[in-house]
Amino acid sequence: MELATIEELEAPTMEIPQATQPEIKTIPEKMIAQNLNCFFGKTQAIKNVTLSIPTQKVLAIIGPSGCGKSTFLRSLNRMHEVAGGTMTGTVLLDGLNIYDSDPVVVRRRVGMVFQKANPFPMMSIFDNVAAGLRLNGLGDKNKVNEIVERSLKQAALWDEVKDSLNKSGMSLSGGQQQRLCIARTLAVDPEVVLMDEPASALDPISTAKIEELIYDLKKNYTITIVTHNMQQAARVSDYTAFFYVGELIEVDDTKTMFTAPRKKRTEDYITGRFG
Amino acid sequence: MKIEPPVLVFPSPSKSRNRNIGDLVFKNLTLVFAIVVLSLVFVMAYEMYKGSSLSIEKFGWRFLWTSVWDPVKGDFGALPYVYGTIVSSLVALVIALPLSIGVSIFLSELAPRWLERPVSFMVELLAAIPSIVYGLWGMFVLVPVVRKFIGPFITRYLGFIPLFNGAPYGFGMLAAGIVLAIMILPIITSISRDVMMSIPNTQREAAFALGATKWETTKIILSNAKSGIAGATLLGLGRAIGETMAVTMVIGNMPQISAHLLDPAYSMASVLANEFSEATTQLYLSALIEIGLLLFAVRIILNAAARLIVWSVTSKFAQ
Amino acid sequence: MTISLPLHMQRWRKFKNVFMIGLCFLSAIVVIAPLFIIFGYTLSQGIGALNLDFFIHMPKPVGEPGGGMANAIVGTLIMVGLGAVFGLPIGIMAGIYLAEFGKNAFGFTVRFLSDVLSGIPSIVVGVVAYILVVMPMSHFSAFAGGVALAILMIPTITRTTEEMIRLVPHTLRESSLALGIPSWKTTLRIILPTATKGITTGILLALARAAGETAPLLFTALGNRFWSTSLNEPIASLTVFIYDYAKAPFDDWNRQAWAAAFVLIAMVFVVNLAFRFVTRSRYGTSHN
Repeated sequence: MELATIEELEAPTMEIPQATQPEIKTIPEKMIAQNLNCFFGKTQAIKNVTLSIPTQKVLAIIGPSGCGKSTFLRSLNRMHEVAGGTMTGTVLLDGLNIYDSDPVVVRRRVGMVFQKANPFPMMSIFDNVAAGLRLNGLGDKNKVNEIVERSLKQAALWDEVKDSLNKSGMSLSGGQQQRLCIARTLAVDPEVVLMDEPASALDPISTAKIEELIYDLKKNYTITIVTHNMQQAARVSDYTAFFYVGELIEVDDTKTMFTAPRKKRTEDYITGRFG
Repeated sequence: MKIEPPVLVFPSPSKSRNRNIGDLVFKNLTLVFAIVVLSLVFVMAYEMYKGSSLSIEKFGWRFLWTSVWDPVKGDFGALPYVYGTIVSSLVALVIALPLSIGVSIFLSELAPRWLERPVSFMVELLAAIPSIVYGLWGMFVLVPVVRKFIGPFITRYLGFIPLFNGAPYGFGMLAAGIVLAIMILPIITSISRDVMMSIPNTQREAAFALGATKWETTKIILSNAKSGIAGATLLGLGRAIGETMAVTMVIGNMPQISAHLLDPAYSMASVLANEFSEATTQLYLSALIEIGLLLFAVRIILNAAARLIVWSVTSKFAQ
Repeated sequence: MTISLPLHMQRWRKFKNVFMIGLCFLSAIVVIAPLFIIFGYTLSQGIGALNLDFFIHMPKPVGEPGGGMANAIVGTLIMVGLGAVFGLPIGIMAGIYLAEFGKNAFGFTVRFLSDVLSGIPSIVVGVVAYILVVMPMSHFSAFAGGVALAILMIPTITRTTEEMIRLVPHTLRESSLALGIPSWKTTLRIILPTATKGITTGILLALARAAGETAPLLFTALGNRFWSTSLNEPIASLTVFIYDYAKAPFDDWNRQAWAAAFVLIAMVFVVNLAFRFVTRSRYGTSHN
């Protein structure tokens, strides 16, 4: 039902001959959200946002709670509709509209890490990481083993769990669980990783580990992270976007943003005058 | 970084491409089974209506208020069975309703949590006992007790009222009513309890703050829960009307209309249980199926009414 | 200045309070009592006749003491199994539909009719199974009994499946979908396994209830004093045996009826306890 609404709302855009398609490779942006409006019922959560997500960089999205930053993130891999939302506008991934293709394929390419660590409770650590592979039809055992090990290493969790891969994922600490979820996301080899306040429920040490991890990951992945913690945004990101009540107020490289914001509202927020 | 509008915008989506094929197939597959569940009720209603058409055409409404049940002559009137079903169910309600309300008050207002849980569970267990076991127990334990103690006792002290009189068999309307009462207690209790528990605590606090005693507070809760308890009662009545084995084994199975509770009687479900497999003629079978259709219809009406009432009450406080 | 009610009014209020609350306590005891009386009496009567013979021997000819109910136990198992073969796929799939896609008018209708179905008296289900199966085949059969039990199971299984799936946290579904796992695989491989314990015990509850049904078998499976495992012939069942043996004028048969009743009650109690335990331990206090 939600899908139908999306299609109805989507404005027909101008016709471009297929021959121009190769040119998309020259676009440095991995993803582009264009004229994006997101709704929950009649409530508009995102108002006409246009934003590019640069390839193999970390983009941080900040803003006071309720500003729509999570909704925006979730519209980038079609999770917004899972929660029953609707939208208009386009989101391009390598130049192709993700709302024009199979959501399953989109989500495989654009992975997501959630605010609360949520390992599959009935599965072991190993099976958690392997779940995405197996359920996407990868049957080759050696390959699965190899990818699980690689993903756990990428998530900086391998050394801690390599002797207890058969234990339940729920037996890990909160920080370890979150890194397990990151490993699980990396295992299906996404191109973009979306992180929705991944460290907000964690202690400072675990948070530091996650931040370190994000820094390492951007060599191979395009990362967008939603955070309510400005210091965190300043530490991990290359670019920062500021959202306020559903609108994109300002986006710039992180240094400029935090030292010389152009908009008054951004400055107020960054200096802690509201929000 | 400058944000610029995208250079390329691709044609608008075609409908089929933005869905997962597997998801569509799966959804429609489960839909088929949901339709099976949906249609079961209609198939049942239709088949029973068709099966009883012979009897409906021949007897019409007369079926409900004549008492001749003569398979040999082919004349059927279900009044004694209807009467037995209604009266035994009402007796059950008269016994079960006050008890259920008492237990619901106990569970929702009085009992501490550690006691509420196991008592609730035990009440639910009563509902899980198979009806044949109730019948067995009724036949070998309750009926002798009614014959030796309850029967003589009430005839002696209340016998001047015709209602509390009758044959000293033990088998009869009263025994059926008692067994049914035990069987419908759980359903009335659990729903009344839920309704009472759904009433916000502010109501209780307000009453206490005015200096009301526990009982006076409870009365306020009860008046709030009134319609919920009414719904629960209808559900209990529905269960009593459709109950077969336990009633068949204690009611005495005599198709008579007697004002005395101690006299044997018969019920609609019981006559189905006893005679269905022996029905020899088409008309006989058709008359029995019509009794089944009546049970079906009454039960659906009672259930629908009850659910509507309970639903409207609980949603009022749910919020 | 204080206004006080007359003293006798206060006393009357207090007395009424204590009296009515006492009545509520009393009714709790009166309601719980039958459970213990029935269970205790069944135990005391049944335990004497409950021995190995009961489970492995055939019924003796009329009037002869001894013998068992092996054929009835097998018959009940066969019919409950047959009911499960029809009832489980329909109930589980319909339950999945309601949990996953049932937030619309159609889902509401199915839910309502499933409730209606669960309220239909079991003897009426027997009548329908008679019309649908026995009349076309023109003889009583285990198959007809199985169909009747299936119809009785379906609403319970549908409801339990739906409720147990709904208890699985939404975050689990989201994290699976975010891995690019299709929605249907998410349901079957992530959500269902998480809800398995609850669904399984819910199904056991439905099976136990079906095993305790008598009325719908009276004129579908009929009953059989001899050994039969054929779906095409009348078949014995524990419950119909209890009914027949209870009415019989032989003490030994009456005792065997009690033994069979004890077997049924014990089974029902164990399954209910298990259900209670599973729903409680997995999902906290949300069960009622």
